[in-house]
Amino acid sequence: MTIDKQNSPIEFRLDPSSGVPTYLQLVQQVEHALRLGYLQPGDQLPKVRDVVAALTINPNTVLKAYKELETKGLAAGRPGQGTFVQATLSQVTLPELSGLRRSMLGWLSSAEEAGLDEDGIVALFTSVMREFFKSRGAAAGQSGDGETEGVA
Amino acid sequence: MNVIETAGLGKCYGKSWALRDCTLTVPEGSLAALVGPNGAGKSTLMNMAVGLTLPTAGTATVLGGQVIRSPAALNDIAFMAQDAPVYKSLSVADMLHLTRNLNRRFDADTARARLADLGIPLKKKTGKLSGGQQAQVALTVALARRPRLLILDEPLSALDPLARQDFLATVMTAMADDGVSVLLSSHALAELERVADYLVVLGGGELRLAGAVDDLLAEHRVLTGPAAGTDQFAAQLSAVQVKRAGAQAHLLVRDGGPGRTVPPGWESHPVGLEELVLAYLRPAGGGTPSATAAGSRTELTEVPR
Repeated sequence: MTIDKQNSPIEFRLDPSSGVPTYLQLVQQVEHALRLGYLQPGDQLPKVRDVVAALTINPNTVLKAYKELETKGLAAGRPGQGTFVQATLSQVTLPELSGLRRSMLGWLSSAEEAGLDEDGIVALFTSVMREFFKSRGAAAGQSGDGETEGVA
Repeated sequence: MNVIETAGLGKCYGKSWALRDCTLTVPEGSLAALVGPNGAGKSTLMNMAVGLTLPTAGTATVLGGQVIRSPAALNDIAFMAQDAPVYKSLSVADMLHLTRNLNRRFDADTARARLADLGIPLKKKTGKLSGGQQAQVALTVALARRPRLLILDEPLSALDPLARQDFLATVMTAMADDGVSVLLSSHALAELERVADYLVVLGGGELRLAGAVDDLLAEHRVLTGPAAGTDQFAAQLSAVQVKRAGAQAHLLVRDGGPGRTVPPGWESHPVGLEELVLAYLRPAGGGTPSATAAGSRTELTEVPR
């Protein structure tokens, strides 16, 4: 099969075993690409016809996904041209991201050296992350943010 | 607009009803999957929509109220019967030539371009092509008529997985390009999950379920909990299907979907298309579900004890 170059920086894939509805998988993949900086404002999303042909899915599914992205203010349709990215979700720049990724890799190898396996690392990370955001939530609650999560 | 609209539609062969009391609408712009076991009435329904079979009871219209077999209806509907019908002794080019002359409207250029894209040689006899290629030739001829409604009777049954994928890709692209509405009957439930946005389930000559796929999946859920006391619970929720083991039971219910509250001691799971279809075709322990939830609720509450 020939892979002809399209004018969108991303390409969709489907995970049939995920249980996530197809249109939502497309929405999530665009959001993911926005967060990681693969997509920037002004970039074109894959054309409906190309997605339909590549994934063998109903065009209405793609239209539904793009409409959802428009409702969220992340993309906008241009008549006769296609759908384009309008906003960004990435909070940091690509170089910053790769820096963070590097420091995390360092942390991971020291965790492994200390004897943690994959499940252990996930458990530790999740619990520390929860603690971190909980304490931040409590601080925000005291400054009148209305969050009661940390109080209880 | 609805591309198909029937009211009380039925067809009787001798003493047995192939389809009875079928009231159904299929909206424009969708790919409607028509599913059900052999003998459920799928082909009968399709043949009546096309006008090849006359109904015994009830009425049907197509493409926003057009009379079936009217010139407008005949012009705008393309039908591909089971087993990819092509004239096996004709070359692909002759097949196009013949069908162009048999039809009032025929886009031969696009048809040739599509066949070239698919790498199907025009000189070859259609009988010498692979099953997948024969199906593509039949589909190309059907699409060349530039229909607004495309009716496909089990087009996938004889095709290998790759040919199925290619066939469906051609159908989906025609939808994206020209806004064709599609009614497709198939047993390949797993494949339909990706392509169908409207579902019609027939069983034993009766309509069991019809609706937009997203809505149907959102309205149903599976509840898993203790087997004890399931009966009362199942009746309360008008369960579509009850599956029970010694200690545990699964209820497929139509009560507004995963967003609803879960009774204490029970777990709620979303339901997939395949599971949903099978539940309506084989309602083990749940009685025969009617097409509407309201109908089955009445049945369950009115049974004298």
